Amino acid sequence: MKKQLSAGASPAPAGPASYRVIGKPLPKIDAYGKVTGRALYADDIMLPRMLYGRLLRSPHPHARILSIDARDALALPGVLAVITGEDLPRKYGILPSSQDEYALAIDKVRYVGDPVAAVAALDPDILDEALKLIRVEYEVLPALMSIDEALAHPEIKINDEARIGNIHKAVSYEFGEVEAGFADADYIREDWFYYEGNNHAPMEEHACVANWEPNPADPVGGKLILWSSTQTPHYVHREVSKVLNLPRSHVRVIAPNVGGGFGGKSDPFSHEICACELARRTGRPVKITCTREEVFLNHRGRHPVKMWIKTGVKRDGTLTAMHFRSFLDGGAYGSYGIATTYYTGALQTVTYTLPAYKFEGMRLFTNKPPCGPKRGHGTTQPRYAVEVHLDKIAHDLGLDPIELRRRNLIQPYTRTINGLRITSCALGECLDAVEERSRWREFHTASVLAGRGSGAAGDTTIRRGLGVAGSSYICGAGKPIYWNDLPHSAVQIRLDRGGGVTVYCGATDIGQGSTSILAYIVAEELGIQPEHIHLETADTTLTPVDLGSYSSRVTFMAGNAAIAAALKLKEQLFEVAAEQLQVPAERLQAADGVIYDENDPGVSLSFVQAIELAEARFGALVSSGSYAPPEDIHGDYKGAGVGPSPAYSYSACVAQVAVDIETGEVTVEKLWMAHDVGQSINPLLVAGQVEGGAYMGYGEATMEQQIFRKGRHKIPSLLDYKLPTTLDTPEIETILIEIPDREGPFGGKEAGQGPLNPTVPAIANAVYDAIGVRIDEVPITPDKVLRALKAQEPGARATARPHVAPIEAPSPWPTRLIKWQPASLDGAQPARQNGNGTVQRTATPPSVASKGGTN
Amino acid sequence: MREIITLRVNGESHEVAALPHHTLLEVLREDLGLIGTKHGCELGECGACTVLLDGVPVLSCLTLPIEVQGREITTIEGIEANGKLHPLQETFAELGAAQCGYCTPGILLSGIALLRDHPQPTREQMREALAGNLCRCTGYTKIYEAVEAAARRMVASGGTK
Repeated sequence: MKKQLSAGASPAPAGPASYRVIGKPLPKIDAYGKVTGRALYADDIMLPRMLYGRLLRSPHPHARILSIDARDALALPGVLAVITGEDLPRKYGILPSSQDEYALAIDKVRYVGDPVAAVAALDPDILDEALKLIRVEYEVLPALMSIDEALAHPEIKINDEARIGNIHKAVSYEFGEVEAGFADADYIREDWFYYEGNNHAPMEEHACVANWEPNPADPVGGKLILWSSTQTPHYVHREVSKVLNLPRSHVRVIAPNVGGGFGGKSDPFSHEICACELARRTGRPVKITCTREEVFLNHRGRHPVKMWIKTGVKRDGTLTAMHFRSFLDGGAYGSYGIATTYYTGALQTVTYTLPAYKFEGMRLFTNKPPCGPKRGHGTTQPRYAVEVHLDKIAHDLGLDPIELRRRNLIQPYTRTINGLRITSCALGECLDAVEERSRWREFHTASVLAGRGSGAAGDTTIRRGLGVAGSSYICGAGKPIYWNDLPHSAVQIRLDRGGGVTVYCGATDIGQGSTSILAYIVAEELGIQPEHIHLETADTTLTPVDLGSYSSRVTFMAGNAAIAAALKLKEQLFEVAAEQLQVPAERLQAADGVIYDENDPGVSLSFVQAIELAEARFGALVSSGSYAPPEDIHGDYKGAGVGPSPAYSYSACVAQVAVDIETGEVTVEKLWMAHDVGQSINPLLVAGQVEGGAYMGYGEATMEQQIFRKGRHKIPSLLDYKLPTTLDTPEIETILIEIPDREGPFGGKEAGQGPLNPTVPAIANAVYDAIGVRIDEVPITPDKVLRALKAQEPGARATARPHVAPIEAPSPWPTRLIKWQPASLDGAQPARQNGNGTVQRTATPPSVASKGGTN
Repeated sequence: MREIITLRVNGESHEVAALPHHTLLEVLREDLGLIGTKHGCELGECGACTVLLDGVPVLSCLTLPIEVQGREITTIEGIEANGKLHPLQETFAELGAAQCGYCTPGILLSGIALLRDHPQPTREQMREALAGNLCRCTGYTKIYEAVEAAARRMVASGGTK
């Protein structure tokens, strides 16, 4: 690198070629702690005099609590405290609009597993006995266990948050002129789909340790510390303060290493709040570690969703209009569900160009563990439905499914019909890549020659097929959960005269590598090695805010904040270095621990020397940077806050399956996954996210599902809840598409969630390609495949075919319709054709904020 | 109630007073402070608590300490030799095979046993050997790559450790 510079070349352009750290496959900075067993997770924390806590949970899916008698439990030797609902009578919830949970049930329980009482004792063995001694008298109420039951029985009200019957939230939007769009279509198709719910099943069960530090001199009485396996210390901090009625200044929440989350550790939980209250009451540390069964009961997993889609297309496959309806099974409480409801409709327009779009969604309360955000939050189910629906349309029109998608690609730096700002988009490149790598054309040419399914030749029972899907995902929610003008993410950096660099950020590493990303970015900007840097993260007292590891926001937002903070320090270092070296600051570069003249690298100063000079000049060297997404990235209608993002990632997947028509078994042989990540901050970590997402999508497509019987979760264990092992998981080929985004840190975009989305429909479409029968429901299990095949046989009754029973939509939809279209379309026809048959609209010029975002 | 038992862990002998119904997992973590051994189910379903018993992978959540007195127990804390990481630990770190890291100790121990039995394992052998260790982060791809890289490294350095 220096050699190049000393050749008198002009300054190296900022970009991948000149990066020293960015784009390099470096180890994660916490990798050695993790491979040696040194990394501390919440349950690994053991404090002197620590007590153990546990929750008593409801055995009924729906019941009134008549009385609770905990006297015998409290009298048991070794039990130090028992609390019930009356001890924590303040409601909470992750969303300000869904404050519907109590830490411990008051009056009513709403699912099997709803917490009713909490106990602290000297050891876990005593807890078992104590829980048995708590007598709860219930009046059992009828339970509603599905979307259809919840709609059919408005008289059985599960949750008072529902205004009408059990409808928690209903939304209704029309963007552009949908009827005109359908009138313009040559072909219209309607389909119903069902996506079964499933659990995140992170390997680490939820766990936390709370400690109360009394201080009689403080009018509040003391301070609280909570270590918890959470993705969102910021929001846990908020809700714990609220329920315990403590000022936020007196509560500190720390996320140690988190053993996976995938969305399942994004809510404030009962066990966290109860551990805090038990610690306050006993004056001793309290640990609560959930069992695996409790992880399934905490849930907040993928919503089961029934969906109806009607789409109009031109003969060439160009989309003219879409009408989409979703019915979400929310479980017993709100959680993120209002946002999930919006998300089932918000991103349809971000993947392909839709000139007119109508979306109606509703979330129902049922007597099941609450659903929430799982990787792909609310967009995974509609992405599955839309991609299978488009596949059917392609077949109906005699078009290649990839070609149909190509003809409808959203264009970079445009606006969608629902007002979302699109920046970089490489979905076309993703589709090209998976088409080529999977030998899509060759496969289909061969399978046409051989009859459907390439395995059809010969007498084997195996049928092979390829399926494709595309998708998009947000790089961070454009709005915070509590709407305000504060930064979404902030980073502080401190340099000390010994050369030490400490980076402080609230970002929470749940395994995706967010802490490492901060190190790489600061290292690149300051010209040092990532290992040089000390990181303090995910601590609401020590670190500036980061809203949390949800919505794939951390690389984009904390990354931009880190750049902003690092640039300020770099400016100070360059100022003193310029004087010392007698070189203009503009000519200085920082790399490999040295600040040097780019025209004569021999003229240099060490990083440590520069810090000493700068500290002498400016005093202690501390900087901060922060990030909030641009304002002008969404429409101006009510509900426009869900869906906008400073950028979107794009993915495409081709799946190859082998279906055994005798057993119904679906083997996914290979997944080709292309992901538009903008710029990899570390390609190793990006590939890891892509592979993990593809793996999880594979599980959802073929086996993972929540099953309930008689009001209970039937399979709350890792043995019965089927998830993919090494023996199941297909080979995954990852292709990274790198076209830097104008606003991403070094051009980077998300990778954590997007790649899950196309996997599920690609597999579903491949199954159809293999056996010629559609199964419009996931997971696609062998029994469904066999039933579908049987129904094809001559003489089989049409009703034998597995199908998704339609829901009779309430008419009118139980909320006011909001009609909106971009200002540029007012009074104009929404779509114009260009020569390629793609739809183009006048783009609102993208407002490109300066790198580093708002400060 | 408690019984005095002697466990040989990572080459060290430990006398512990343990409740007879407590599992090896509980005794390792709670009594010996060896928190590198993880738990994800306590029912023998996930593999996170894998340790080596005389070199063979076992689930410590299904093992009673009293049964394994006098046997050699190896946990994740015991696989570094002379301050040097096992090649599989190195490649796991270098190739991104540990994401959240929670399944990692168990997979490393299963992987080390595999490499001892099959110094150059095929993908099929890896799938078999690791089938009892769940990972929710990686899709297993980077884990296979790390095992292959470690195998190459160990062959190049003249045999297994």
